[in-house]
Amino acid sequence: MAATMSGDERNLLARDMAEAVARQSYGKLVAFLAARTRDVAAAEDALSEAFASALADWPKNGCPANPEGWLLTVARRKAIDMLRRRWHEETVDEWQTMSDTLEAAENNGQIPDQRLALMFACAHPAIDASIRSPLILQVVLGLDAKAIASAFLTSPAAMGKRLVRAKEKIKQAGIPFVIPEKEELPGRLDVVLDAIYAAFAEGWTDPAGTDATRRDLTEESLFLARLVTDLLPQEPEALGLLALMLHAEARRRARRSEEGEFVPLAEQNIELWDSGMIREAEDLLKRASAMGLLGRYQLEAALQSAHVHRVHTGHWNWQEVVQIYDALLGISSSPVVAINRALAIAELDGAEAGLKNLQQLAADPRLTEYQPYWAARAELLAKTGACQEAREAYDIAIGLESDAAVRRFLQGRQSALKL
Amino acid sequence: MQYLLLLYADEAGWTKMSKAEQEQGYAAYMAYTEALKKAGALKSSNRLQPIATATTIRTTNGKQQVLDGPYVESKEQLGGYYLIDVPDLDAALSWASRCPGAGHGIVEVRPIWSM
Repeated sequence: MAATMSGDERNLLARDMAEAVARQSYGKLVAFLAARTRDVAAAEDALSEAFASALADWPKNGCPANPEGWLLTVARRKAIDMLRRRWHEETVDEWQTMSDTLEAAENNGQIPDQRLALMFACAHPAIDASIRSPLILQVVLGLDAKAIASAFLTSPAAMGKRLVRAKEKIKQAGIPFVIPEKEELPGRLDVVLDAIYAAFAEGWTDPAGTDATRRDLTEESLFLARLVTDLLPQEPEALGLLALMLHAEARRRARRSEEGEFVPLAEQNIELWDSGMIREAEDLLKRASAMGLLGRYQLEAALQSAHVHRVHTGHWNWQEVVQIYDALLGISSSPVVAINRALAIAELDGAEAGLKNLQQLAADPRLTEYQPYWAARAELLAKTGACQEAREAYDIAIGLESDAAVRRFLQGRQSALKL
Repeated sequence: MQYLLLLYADEAGWTKMSKAEQEQGYAAYMAYTEALKKAGALKSSNRLQPIATATTIRTTNGKQQVLDGPYVESKEQLGGYYLIDVPDLDAALSWASRCPGAGHGIVEVRPIWSM
């Protein structure tokens, strides 16, 4: 077969293979190379040289039967070369343990999957909270600083520097690559899940999917969430997070009209919803709730599930929705949750009741620049007939919105107000 | 790995305590030090004299100056340290959280620069 292939075809095949291995194995190889030395940057450097060698070697000599093992062997050689060059900095012990563990793994032909431990290191409380999510995207998935920076709206140089600093901290401060003990696991897992959800949310700010980096980020974070549920199938919050993300992703295509206009949930074309994803989300949620340990992500997924159920069946379930918001507020005092709860109360008991609820939040200084608060306030004021006040609230909401489609949607609502 | 636990606290807090409270506080530190020793984690430990005894040397415009007082005037002052040897940061943090100093002040955990 290989003999009849043209050089271009073989190049293409090698590149596809390298990309497939990169996606599936990048984090596994980084985790394995860095677990003992905690030197993530050195592992990444060695691995990127190994991938470069693969792209040069595989088209010539054919793709290896065990590409992971091939990459690991080359990366190991590169890592040892690098350590030798920096001999004066490295202790002999470090060099020796690295070499020994690598040899042992190569001999038994199996690379243990330490990606979860790697994620726990990246989302360690000693790492600055705002860099945990970018760090996981980089070291587990191999995304470059430029792509991450664009998704998180910072400059590539600044993002690169912060990632380097975080990796230095892991190494110098001795942050361990371990899955925390049972009693500590739930709290620490929450941090990992939060980091994955932050990556998803960054991708989600581009619901039309016009920006390729951001669209990829939702896919990548779904991959990470699946990975966590595969490695920790008994953790209900991990299942809850995946369910929540699948619910959101399932409705992606319906969130914008063909003209690119924002479509609120109640007006979405349910034909455009991905029923397979919704089914999977529902199954995950069922599995999670059977474990009998409620948490934030399960509740948020349950909310999505209730909304989907209502739109599908027309069954009026706002009572249930308000109850879920109550439970969520019991866990965290997030203003986002409180605003959405007020909107749900408006559906249940009327706009006046919702507005009264929203009024109680007005003292929170965080809300003065928070678009959803003003949009919610405007909508409820409009329903009670307080048009002038509604108009003013819409003005602020429009001024604070960064998504052009949502801005147009709010402007449409504003101009529909009676004079 | 070796870590230095730096204990910061409000010095005035100690003098405001009753004799009995001071004894209790002292005993808590003794017990903590003993636990570190038993675990084989303690390298060394010391309590520092109050900042009123501190003297600082610094060079300004190429000229060395000797000044009365600590480097930083702040409410919480460095009052002591533990040098420990443990496998990783998690172990260091777990020792730091048990330190009586974490109950009435701040404990900063710093890895030692290995040569």
